[in-house]
Amino acid sequence: MAIIGNPKYAARIERHLAKYETKRSAVMPLLYIAQEEYGWVNSEGVGEVAQLLGLDPTQVKSIAGFYTMYSEKPKGRYWLQVCTDLPCALQGADDFHAWLKQELGVEEGGTTDDGLFTVEHVMCLAACDKAPMLQCNFHYVENLDQQQMRQLLAKWRSEANGRGE
Amino acid sequence: MHILLRGRDISNIKQLDVYEAHGGFAGLRKALAMTPAEVIDVVKASGLRGRGGAGFPTGVKWSFIPQHEPIKYVTVNADESETGTFKDREIMEENPYQLIEGSLICAYAIQAKAVYIYLRGEFWDIGAQLDACIEALRAKRLIGADILGSGYDCEVYTHLGAGAYICGEESALLNSLEGYLGQPRVRPPFPAQKGGGLYKEATVVNNVETLANVPFIMSAGADAFKAIGTEQSAGNKVYCVSGHVKRPGNYELPMGATFRELLYEQAGGPLHDDRPFKAMLPSGGSGPIVPLTDEVLDTRMSYEDCANIGTIIGSASIIIMDESVDMTWVASKVTKFFKHESCGKCTPCREGTYWLDKVIDRILEGRGTADDIKRIADVAENMAGTTLCALGDFAANPIIHTIRHFPDDFARHVQA
Repeated sequence: MAIIGNPKYAARIERHLAKYETKRSAVMPLLYIAQEEYGWVNSEGVGEVAQLLGLDPTQVKSIAGFYTMYSEKPKGRYWLQVCTDLPCALQGADDFHAWLKQELGVEEGGTTDDGLFTVEHVMCLAACDKAPMLQCNFHYVENLDQQQMRQLLAKWRSEANGRGE
Repeated sequence: MHILLRGRDISNIKQLDVYEAHGGFAGLRKALAMTPAEVIDVVKASGLRGRGGAGFPTGVKWSFIPQHEPIKYVTVNADESETGTFKDREIMEENPYQLIEGSLICAYAIQAKAVYIYLRGEFWDIGAQLDACIEALRAKRLIGADILGSGYDCEVYTHLGAGAYICGEESALLNSLEGYLGQPRVRPPFPAQKGGGLYKEATVVNNVETLANVPFIMSAGADAFKAIGTEQSAGNKVYCVSGHVKRPGNYELPMGATFRELLYEQAGGPLHDDRPFKAMLPSGGSGPIVPLTDEVLDTRMSYEDCANIGTIIGSASIIIMDESVDMTWVASKVTKFFKHESCGKCTPCREGTYWLDKVIDRILEGRGTADDIKRIADVAENMAGTTLCALGDFAANPIIHTIRHFPDDFARHVQA
């Protein structure tokens, strides 16, 4: 599909274009919409955002490249971002992150062969009192240990299988 | 009693009817009955200072806005990304209307046409909740045209960042909001001046916690606020405690309470009873580290008292380390943060953080020399004060101050 002309996004795009003084200001929210549609910020998405805003695709791509929450390559269905910054590390987050990669059999930034999970370590996520923690597709999952994490992975796997994938 | 973390005292204060039943929007109503200049005078008299870290007097900041300019903006800094900071998140999750009310009072005081709340991208769910709050307020004519029949019009919008610490720096935040790279601007012009703010219009940029104090100041009065805290640091503060304590979390206490009160009475003391406290970062990764001595523990948490012990209270992101922690490792962790978050615009910060990280890794791996310790101290000192924004200074702090206070932690990794 596309984001331009897609009824799923029409109202949101309209709302973002209306709330700023300049069209250019809407580049960040529109990049999120492109990422939602394509699973990552690919050249089609960049081209459509550029077209909607009257910008050059290069200008849009530079924004996507600057910010870490826009992915410039495909990710797993569940994008797991583990905070390993100082406060979390004092509570065992480095070990948790290493264990999670081993549990899933991936290297840093890697995606499992079934395409379900991508694991990355990230900087402070404003959850320092609830370590170890991560964000899964930008939603908080906190106060984790290995047992809880195994249960969550099982839950996400069955969720994904339930959708016939 | 909580002024900011009221979600802990009143369940469901995140619902508009509950917020209103507990005095919500009384401050805004009072403000709308006054002139904008009178509102600024109340905030000035309260002694409120910016809670984002710099501690600049809030009413003074508002008074810099040129009233004759036809277009003005308020931008709420909700980019909360400093290592160890998680206070604005709780305020917005549990008491969102108080932030919006404070923002509207600020907007009225400077006669802004709109408020933009700039949230870090990871606050995705908070953004959705705030959008719902904004719609509920629009339905009750508390946002939009002719607010409460006052004749004053103001819109409120949210904007999500996308993972960049630097966007907490006000001029980078404004660039990001305008759809440019989140890199700091050359100043002057400052955001409060024509040409320096959002869309080149005069703009107030205030932290979430700062604005969340304003409804209390308006409804209870400047004197009630000034009665809390110390001479130069009025009001309550939310302290974020993380690391090696029994009960990490947010604690709202008056400014001027001591570190001992916070760390022992509130946070429960050292995580392990047999491992005493060793060091503290009182302002996240960016402020100077201090050894956690009795003198430091008995210091009052205020802007003026923290200067006496060679550090800052900043945003009060208090990271505690016990005696098991190697300060070279701490310096490495914090340096990796700043290396990752340097926006790349200024050479001393971009190159400095890169090389600091490389050399500290070498020291940690046992391949460093005593000269390397001097080298990183020298690099850090040459970064401080040479960049457009404070990130260059912040990145120098973990090196300069860990080496100063804990030289043995470095020396034991290297051969003379």
